[in-house]
Amino acid sequence: MAAWLDAVLVLLMLSGFWLLGSSRLQACIRTVAIQGVLLGLIPLLSEWPDVTPRLAVVAAISALIKAVILPYLLRRAIREANVRHEVDPMVGFTTSLLFGIGLWGISMYLASRLPVAEASVSSLQVPVSIFMVLCGLFLIVSRNTAVMQAIGYLALENGIYGFGWAFAIEEPLLVEMGVLLDVFVGVFVMGITIHHLSREFDTIETDELASLKD
Amino acid sequence: MIGPFVFGLLLPVVAGCAALALHRRPDLASRIAAGSIVASSVLTGGCAICSLATGATASIKIPWNVPLGSLSLGMDPLSAAFVLPISILASAAALYGRDYLTATVRPGWIARSWFFFNSLVAAMLLVVSARNGLLFLFAWEAMSLASFFLVLTEYDHDEVRHAAWVYAVAAHIGTACLLVLFLLLGRGGSSLDFEQFTPQAAFASAAFILALIGFGTKAGFVALHVWLPEAHPAAPSHVSALMSGVMIKTGIYGLLRTLTFLGEVQPLWGWTLLGIGLATALYGVVFAIAQQDLKRMLAYSSVENIGIISIGLGTGLLGLAYNIPAMAACALMGSMLHILNHSLFKGVMFLGAGAIQLRTRTRDMNQLGGLLKRMPWTGRSFLVGALAISGLPPLNGFLGEALIVVGALIGVIASKHAHALPGEIVGVAVVGGLALIGGLSVACFTRAFGCVFLGEPRSQQASSAREVDGGMRIGMLILAAGCLLVSLLAPLWPALFRSAILALAGGDIRDAVMASPQPQSLLIALGVAYWLLAGVFALVWWLRRRIAGSWQAETGPTWDCGYAAPDPRMQYTASSFGDPFARLFRLLLRTRSGQGVPAGFFPQEARFSSESPDPFASSLFAPAFQVVAWLASKVRHLQHGRIQIYVLYIALTLIALLVWKLD
Repeated sequence: MAAWLDAVLVLLMLSGFWLLGSSRLQACIRTVAIQGVLLGLIPLLSEWPDVTPRLAVVAAISALIKAVILPYLLRRAIREANVRHEVDPMVGFTTSLLFGIGLWGISMYLASRLPVAEASVSSLQVPVSIFMVLCGLFLIVSRNTAVMQAIGYLALENGIYGFGWAFAIEEPLLVEMGVLLDVFVGVFVMGITIHHLSREFDTIETDELASLKD
Repeated sequence: MIGPFVFGLLLPVVAGCAALALHRRPDLASRIAAGSIVASSVLTGGCAICSLATGATASIKIPWNVPLGSLSLGMDPLSAAFVLPISILASAAALYGRDYLTATVRPGWIARSWFFFNSLVAAMLLVVSARNGLLFLFAWEAMSLASFFLVLTEYDHDEVRHAAWVYAVAAHIGTACLLVLFLLLGRGGSSLDFEQFTPQAAFASAAFILALIGFGTKAGFVALHVWLPEAHPAAPSHVSALMSGVMIKTGIYGLLRTLTFLGEVQPLWGWTLLGIGLATALYGVVFAIAQQDLKRMLAYSSVENIGIISIGLGTGLLGLAYNIPAMAACALMGSMLHILNHSLFKGVMFLGAGAIQLRTRTRDMNQLGGLLKRMPWTGRSFLVGALAISGLPPLNGFLGEALIVVGALIGVIASKHAHALPGEIVGVAVVGGLALIGGLSVACFTRAFGCVFLGEPRSQQASSAREVDGGMRIGMLILAAGCLLVSLLAPLWPALFRSAILALAGGDIRDAVMASPQPQSLLIALGVAYWLLAGVFALVWWLRRRIAGSWQAETGPTWDCGYAAPDPRMQYTASSFGDPFARLFRLLLRTRSGQGVPAGFFPQEARFSSESPDPFASSLFAPAFQVVAWLASKVRHLQHGRIQIYVLYIALTLIALLVWKLD
């Protein structure tokens, strides 16, 4: 099953690039949903012959939240705020892709230095996870709409989740559930923020928040 | 013993919160808060006297879920020597404050003011009893914050906000040094408990310098004193009394406590403290003479008295370092006694200044005058304080200074017999210095008392002033009586303070300091003289009453016969009285005066004004902080107000840390 696992990981990496290069919010939301499904597959693939029912249930629940519920919330947010595109990002989409290559390099470097890399099943798992974290951070930094930042936050969390699976087979699942809850709350808050921002300021560009500084 | 003390420490906090909850009923809130302070003072003061009299120590330790911290409290004679003035002055100030706040502050603020007042008292008690570095710093910050908010009571005035700001900055510069100091002292230990501090010779001097700056900022050593003349006039008077009377002494306490951790006393520390003390005291008294604002003058006088205390400590440390126990015993005891004394007489004078400000709506001495007839109780209490602070013999201020001078003289004599101490320098510095300071402070308080209470009123408000009553009068009388009582009970003090100064004397010299008879014999002699003097006074008063009792006394206007067409403007003003001294020290004072001299033959409008701004504030700190502001403006563009950039900062920092730790 190691080959399948590697394939899933490569798909995850490519999804990161997709997030960096896409301006359409719908597509990005779909991408993080796909990421959620792929992440749900990771524990099953890495443990293949002896998957316990508990493991399967937890993986299914997390996939459900990441691939269905959170994207649904985000779609609703963009419908309410009436935005479709990331119009004027601080870093252009092509440049973002170039940055993505740099981030992939940093991830490989960090993963090769991390003393924990041997513990995981696939050698790609740690670099891909770090890459997803960095992609998420990059999205938060370089995009202006709050929805895109929420997507970045989700991608970041997906990276952390994948990183957790690299070592944790049974026990830290509870911790992961806690992290998921955080994300839930985070998206919820973002949703409210977006709602209020669009109502008060006729825009969801967080750039406009800069006018609040002293 | 520690049980009642802890209870007395918690009581004001609980009562302060209760007062805050009752903010809709200001009268009840003040009753509860002031009552709790008095009750707490009885408890803590009792514990302090008990500890001082028996030399007993007690402590309590509760684990605290904070790294390096523990709720470790203790009471030993050194702490007790500071708890005693805190409890006396706090209760007098609380009694005074109940009526004073009602008369000066809008009702909505009374409960808040009490909350901070009670917190300040509790924090001071905690500072002097904390036995853990972290707890000490916590209490120290609480003390600074509570007093900051109290200074800010009349926040709608620009100068009050400025004063509070200066105070906050000064307090935090001091705390920054203390933070480093405690980390240095606790190096290698598992917690910052005082008992785990071990003397480490390598950085003893560094620790001493840090303590000097950190605690000196609170105490008001020269150059670090700039917040005092700003904050004391701005605060409500009972708070100024508390801040000036005891809060700045916690700086001295911290310095002494730090000295007990540093091991062997080095001569250089003694010389440093002596030099700083001389400079501080001279600076303070010279600027006190130049002030026209009554409370500002008192604030500078506090700087002077901190200087005197520091001279005593310096002399005492020299005695310890050069192994002259009698010198150390006398000088240190003199300092301790002066700490108690200063809290009493500075307290009564600040309370008096508050009463004057309340009744005349001004603190400008040039606007006052003739108040002794209109406010006899305030005037007499203030007179007792003024006599005492000038160090004149029948009052308590003399006792401490006399002990310090005798200590220095013992040093001079001892230096003749093969001691390494350069006795002449000590003799000239301490005896000469204290004599000069004493003379100048007599001039300063003659001027203050004369201009405020004697002569004719210089303004409409002053002539319509009337006496304060109730708690305000009681508060002042308690402290004035305290001044008299301390001098009448003179022979008691060496026995009480002996155990307090032993904390500083380690090793071989300890028993010798304990045994040295000089302080006791000096104070017994002084006590006997005072009782005789008191007897003579009583006799004269009784005779005068008997003889003059039947005479008809006639009261008329002041200076009736020398004063054909009386005009108060013919009197000496505070400025003109102080002018000869201001000229003498013009190099230091740089008094700026503006005058419009009338031209022509007929009297026309003329004006005169003078001010002596503090050179450290205007020439040292103002430019220094301008540089800081300039540097700060350079990094200002890091603050964009864009969330993305902030996330970028965090992300870059995290990645950099990750890369750094992995390499």
